[in-house]
Amino acid sequence: MSMEKVKFGRSKVFFDPFNRRPGPIKKNMHYCPGCGHGILHKLIAEAIEHYGIQQDVAFIAPVGCAVFAYYYFNTGAISVPHGRAPAVGTGVGRANPEKFVISYQGDGDLAAIGFNEFIQAANRGEKMTIFFVNNTNYGMTGGQMAPTTLPGQKTTTTPFGRNPLTEGYPINVSSLINTLTSPVYIERVALTSTARIAAAKKAVYKGIENLRDRKGFSFIEVLAPCPINLRMTTEQLNDFIENKMTEFFPIGCVRDRSAETAVGELPPATIHEPAEVMAKLFPLRQEGGVADDFRNDSEIFNRELRIRMSGFGGQGILSLGHNFANMARLRNFNVSWMPSYGPEQRGGAASCAVILSRGVISNPMVDNNCDLLIALTQMALDKFGHQLSDNGILIYDRSAMSKPEVKGNQKVFGLDALAIANSVGNPKCANSVILGALAVILKKYAPLTEGDAADYDKVYREALTESFGSKPKVLEQNFAAFEAGKAAMAAEL
Amino acid sequence: MAKKHRIEISFDECKGCGRCLLACPKKLLAMGKEINKQGYTAVEVAEPTNCIGCGACFYQCPEPGAITIYEIVED
Repeated sequence: MSMEKVKFGRSKVFFDPFNRRPGPIKKNMHYCPGCGHGILHKLIAEAIEHYGIQQDVAFIAPVGCAVFAYYYFNTGAISVPHGRAPAVGTGVGRANPEKFVISYQGDGDLAAIGFNEFIQAANRGEKMTIFFVNNTNYGMTGGQMAPTTLPGQKTTTTPFGRNPLTEGYPINVSSLINTLTSPVYIERVALTSTARIAAAKKAVYKGIENLRDRKGFSFIEVLAPCPINLRMTTEQLNDFIENKMTEFFPIGCVRDRSAETAVGELPPATIHEPAEVMAKLFPLRQEGGVADDFRNDSEIFNRELRIRMSGFGGQGILSLGHNFANMARLRNFNVSWMPSYGPEQRGGAASCAVILSRGVISNPMVDNNCDLLIALTQMALDKFGHQLSDNGILIYDRSAMSKPEVKGNQKVFGLDALAIANSVGNPKCANSVILGALAVILKKYAPLTEGDAADYDKVYREALTESFGSKPKVLEQNFAAFEAGKAAMAAEL
Repeated sequence: MAKKHRIEISFDECKGCGRCLLACPKKLLAMGKEINKQGYTAVEVAEPTNCIGCGACFYQCPEPGAITIYEIVED
């Protein structure tokens, strides 16, 4: 009696039949005859089976010939946009640290459109294994030039052959990522002779083993045959890969730190509680504010107040507006703060629009009927002066311009804000000088009630403490500047 | 005594690329004459008896189940 047992046969990691594949053919893959993808798929399937991780694999295949890998692999699988597999793989791996991420990409995908995603994932040492199929052309779209196309090689987009002077040289991806610190394992293999395929199998096994042991980033570049687009027979392809491709893509192990890399622990969860993030980003430095039903009782607060602050970048204009908006927020106003500035951190024009209201602010823009305009440069005044309402208040920096013209009932106040700030020891405090002067002006002309005038000083300190509570010296200087601004404006009036 | 093996090629799963023909160390395989239901000329086993079960053809084949190699176990 004799019995037969399967020695080499269809892997159990493949669906059987391929029910996800549309059409009548359910046993075959869609690849062209002689394609390297099928050979590599079989090696990967066998390795997944060997290491027993089938149930936890996330197999990610982006657009390209292998985009339908989910027809075949009976594992978790995601098809993703062209080049984005390492980015999606990063997300999958971090959200599901107990899973095993395999990214399967071609050369147009990995070395061209998705190169950034790829190299950043490699640099971060994401715990994934990437299979990179290098067949020197864009296979799925009909054999266009890829970053890996050899010099002189004819493709549909390089009909005279790739010219290195205009199209550059082939990108050697394995060598490129060998300059990074994080990758654990980098090897280049070829799907040509039986011996080469045996070596490829070993590399695929190591890549999957590293994945199972969570050792980090493994990268296997596979020189693969593309008989249809390259218009070659198997013999010609083997010769092309062995003799032409290896000139630019030498076969062999580029790096193997698998042995000295410890078997990885599951990474700690990196998802933080929202409250924890808020506390980190916006630490509560003091208990400011008032009861929910508090209302300042001055008449002026019963309508929407529209304010424009402007100057050049670096004068603290945006902070001035931000502090003022914060003060109003701490007294139960609805506020909007809308900055506008150039790309430069210093210089250029900067302005911000602040609106405070007891009702809903339907539009945060201030371009007319401005109640309060603060202009620290002539340019700012020229630009925004016309927006001031006939009953508005203008505060300008006296050192920067002569007294502006007055229209209607406008009230105009000059101030040497920068000089005063310098006198308390910090030119950056000019905005506190202005807020101090504003206290005096508002009290007299808004006008504010006695209670609200006192509350203004109090809420100023609350708002500043919220911003600078961790820097006592800055806080101290600002308080001094505020008092100096008040004194200077009181002397003027 | 050396183990015996048997190679089986699924007629309708073969795409006729011929990679296995080149790889077989015993040259047991040959391109067939008939066209299968996918429209390819399939490879056939010309000499079924001398398979050594090396698996070279299996790993060269891009199709998951076109080639199966059995080991014959004698009782």
